[in-house]
Amino acid sequence: MNRVVITGMGIYSTIGKNLDEVRDSLYYGKSGIGFDQERKDFGYRSGLTGVLDRPVLKGILDRRARIGLAEQGEYAYISTIEALKNAKLDQDYLDRNEVGILFGNDSCAEPVIKAIDILREKKDTTLVGSGSIFQSMNSTVTMNLSVIFKLKGINLTISGACASGSHAIGLGYLLIKQGLQDCIICGGAQEINLYSMGSFDGLSAFSICESEPTKASRPFDRDRDGLVPSGGAATVIIESYESAKRRGAPILGEIIGYGFSSNGDHISVPNVEGPVRALKKSLVDAGIKASEIDYINAHATSTPVGDSNEASAINTLFGESKPFVSSTKSMTGHEMWMAGASEIIYSMLMMKDSFIAPNINFENPDEFSAKLNIASKTVNANIDTFLSNSFGFGGTNSSLIVKKIK
Amino acid sequence: MQNEEIIKKINGFLVEEFEIEEEQIVPEANLMQTLDLDSLDLVDLVVIIENNFGFKVKGEDFAGIKTFQDFYDYIINRINQN
Repeated sequence: MNRVVITGMGIYSTIGKNLDEVRDSLYYGKSGIGFDQERKDFGYRSGLTGVLDRPVLKGILDRRARIGLAEQGEYAYISTIEALKNAKLDQDYLDRNEVGILFGNDSCAEPVIKAIDILREKKDTTLVGSGSIFQSMNSTVTMNLSVIFKLKGINLTISGACASGSHAIGLGYLLIKQGLQDCIICGGAQEINLYSMGSFDGLSAFSICESEPTKASRPFDRDRDGLVPSGGAATVIIESYESAKRRGAPILGEIIGYGFSSNGDHISVPNVEGPVRALKKSLVDAGIKASEIDYINAHATSTPVGDSNEASAINTLFGESKPFVSSTKSMTGHEMWMAGASEIIYSMLMMKDSFIAPNINFENPDEFSAKLNIASKTVNANIDTFLSNSFGFGGTNSSLIVKKIK
Repeated sequence: MQNEEIIKKINGFLVEEFEIEEEQIVPEANLMQTLDLDSLDLVDLVVIIENNFGFKVKGEDFAGIKTFQDFYDYIINRINQN
């Protein structure tokens, strides 16, 4: 079995367009959430959203490369460029070696809607344009990036709702561990446009704390009233330890455990038992005790039931050791298909600079979160080992454990 | 619309859409090669023509178009037909 290490990271997020900006936002507890009047005019119950500019890729990518990229593909291109640079992987290496790509993505609303709008107007499919199909498929990110970077390894998209990005890294870890691939570009990407969030808003799942957008996302807080949708992309390059050493790659950390489970329960309301199993599985896979986890980056999305159930799950296994816990979704909002991957990056940045990013807006606990050691302000503390949770609709659960390499 | 205006408009969207230099457009030059068009690009060319001139090019029409001049003549002809 191979050891699996992280050799590069890149991010395009509502709290920063690169690792340095994100690191500062995390340390200073800066929110990336705002209010969008267009959503209200469109019929949304909540106008709250993560705020992110679309990058301008004209001049950076040629037309054929750009034309198949949907919104989240553009974000994923930027985050992957940063990750490849940090991992010291150039095009020559990608040409000569089998490098794979596994990204989490679970929707592609905008391109489909735009194509149908054209069809309704023009009644002619040949006027939809050649890029449409490549933007519209769930696998749009991996499909396009594998062509842009001329990748030769494993090539597919993982759809597991809000655990997509985490499962993508987990499955990459399993492939490398088994020696089936040396190096995989993993990640998660999420569209943030208003076409993509309508039906979710229709569940009344979003916060309506619109008067103070930066205070709306309040995971674990007694007065939380729902999540805030967000997006962007995050890339985490993982590799076998031998491959990393062989090519002199920077080794940022080691993935030592991946735990997964399904709840077999309600489609949208998480339970406690399913996440407990995923957490346990990750600890068993890592071969460590719960007390060895220094920090848990919680999934906690600021929903009334979800956060309490996760608090109970965490308390079941970590009630004695009480590691620091925070949910970075307090700052970023819920990055959905991107979250599992971005939250690994946020935790890695914390581990590197020895701090726990705050769970901002945590002012009053409820009876469940009161039992956790939640960092409501930034804490300067060493992290040797962290655990990151991601849970999704359908009861899909993923827990990843990463250790510092000394 | 005068023929000169039509040609200017065509050159304008070709340069903008296919990201070539204006100097590369020479009437006798081969359209597909100069613009480096593959089958997917032809789909987009049909869309751009429809957006700019309001008529649909059929796939088989491209068979007779080799040079930029052939392309101008085709478009001008179609405009005059409508």
